[in-house]
Amino acid sequence: MKVLVAVKRVIDYNVKVRVKPDNSGVDLANVKMAMNPFCEIAVEEAVRLKEKGVASEIVVVSIGPKAAQEQIRTALALGADRGIHIETDEEVQSLAAAKLLKAVVDKEEPKMVILGKQSIDSDNNQTGQMLAALAGMGQGTFASEVVVEGEKVNVTREVDGGLMTVSLNLPAVITTDLRLNEPRYASLPNIMKAKKKPLDATTPADLGVDIAPRLETVKVEAPAARKGGIMVEDVAQLVDKLKNEAKVI
Amino acid sequence: MSILVFAEHDNSSLKQATLSVLAAAKAIGGDVDVLVAGENCGAVAEQAAKAEGVNKVLVADNAAYGHFLGENLADLVAEAGKGYSHILASAGTVGKDFMPRVAALLDVAQISDIMAVVDSDTFVRPIYAGNAIATVKSSDSTKLITVRSTGFDPVSGEGGSASVENLDIVKDAGLSSFVSEQLAESDRPDLATADIVISGGRGMQNGENFKMLEKVADLLGAGVGASRAAVDAGFVPNDMQVGQTGKIVAPQLYIAVGISGAIQHLAGMGDSKVIVAINKDEEAPIFQVADYGLVADLFEAIPQLEEELKKVL
Repeated sequence: MKVLVAVKRVIDYNVKVRVKPDNSGVDLANVKMAMNPFCEIAVEEAVRLKEKGVASEIVVVSIGPKAAQEQIRTALALGADRGIHIETDEEVQSLAAAKLLKAVVDKEEPKMVILGKQSIDSDNNQTGQMLAALAGMGQGTFASEVVVEGEKVNVTREVDGGLMTVSLNLPAVITTDLRLNEPRYASLPNIMKAKKKPLDATTPADLGVDIAPRLETVKVEAPAARKGGIMVEDVAQLVDKLKNEAKVI
Repeated sequence: MSILVFAEHDNSSLKQATLSVLAAAKAIGGDVDVLVAGENCGAVAEQAAKAEGVNKVLVADNAAYGHFLGENLADLVAEAGKGYSHILASAGTVGKDFMPRVAALLDVAQISDIMAVVDSDTFVRPIYAGNAIATVKSSDSTKLITVRSTGFDPVSGEGGSASVENLDIVKDAGLSSFVSEQLAESDRPDLATADIVISGGRGMQNGENFKMLEKVADLLGAGVGASRAAVDAGFVPNDMQVGQTGKIVAPQLYIAVGISGAIQHLAGMGDSKVIVAINKDEEAPIFQVADYGLVADLFEAIPQLEEELKKVL
């Protein structure tokens, strides 16, 4: 079966985020960018499905500026077969991203779409569910285990208080949680091979999707800093402070 | 304005988080109705009717909603929510699952995880794991919002007398079905609502050592959490994880034990009233946010803490 994986180019998770002095957003000039960590898990899961003989082809799609092709190449180096780049320099909010992916789903007709549960920049946790709704598919969100059985897939989900397993009709949308797998690193030969894999480019206009933002960012600020505390000498002093100064026990 | 609040519950009792969502609804202003969707959930509806500021409780009681499958809930809420200016749910795993689906069905944006209300169309939410705080304004006719419960003091769960109405809307999308669940059994308070939380990190070395924290937790009536590092290392299950990718907590007292204080952890507990850090590495970033820091070997400090607490409690 064909698996579609969506990946997003975001600030590298190790980079310290700085808010711009004019409060218009976060400073992304000259900072290291990378594939969103949850998307890496999505790519890895697709590759494992292919290694098990469940998936036959992995198509990776990314929405964003020209440079997002780097993340598509990374996914190709990890084992995806071909890429689709939806190029735009505009801000793409979750609903617009879901509509763009829906247009790709209509064309590619995958049996499964795997996405990260959220991106570490906007932290929305929306696109996969929105895509599932638009495509009329079931959704296995926050997945920690994916087992395909014939025309169904069993997805174990990380929910408040524990785990829940659901059975979904295929085609279905799956969004990844942290413990689904541990992504591999791309080997140098595979990185070289990835350069020769096909990568098609398209645009929101080509796909007939209006990506105008629905939410306006009024301002972005740094969080209020906590004032520094004190160091205590020992446990007895700590308990005394908690009881008599902070009065929390 | 009229607001529909989706009640989070387990078919027998209303989750505390819903009272925080009601507080967010109150901050927006307008008539507030509550939707209780579940199976044999009459007791929850009665509870919701007593909550402060509720005008009407709508009950959708059907097997299709018993396990809170996102596909079915989304179809229900998209229909029951017609005519409301705002639809709110808590940002727990149920709300996170079905709300974006409703947004897509209604062709509106969703505003995730709000921590404050500026006015009826402007909201404050964390981005970049809480390293930046965005104020966003929605131009959609229906505002679809998930609420970070730690951002709002819960309204009272008593004193209200809302009417209860049955909704005759049955939506079974036929796309998904429930197979099984494994919920952690615990007598300790729920992490998200506990007044005191004690969490362990990689410094705990293994899962067995978390028993030390449990003893202290039982003395304090605290919930027990963990850092992502401890979860990734397999010490404890993921539902104990506090952080950007786990649970967001804001207790009166947060005790971080053997936790270095990675950004992703701070994003999950930075709003706690009092933070205590116990770590043998005096350079650990957790000390920069701690109100009280103790540089010590946790394997000595935690048994001592247990003894000292027994003296004063």
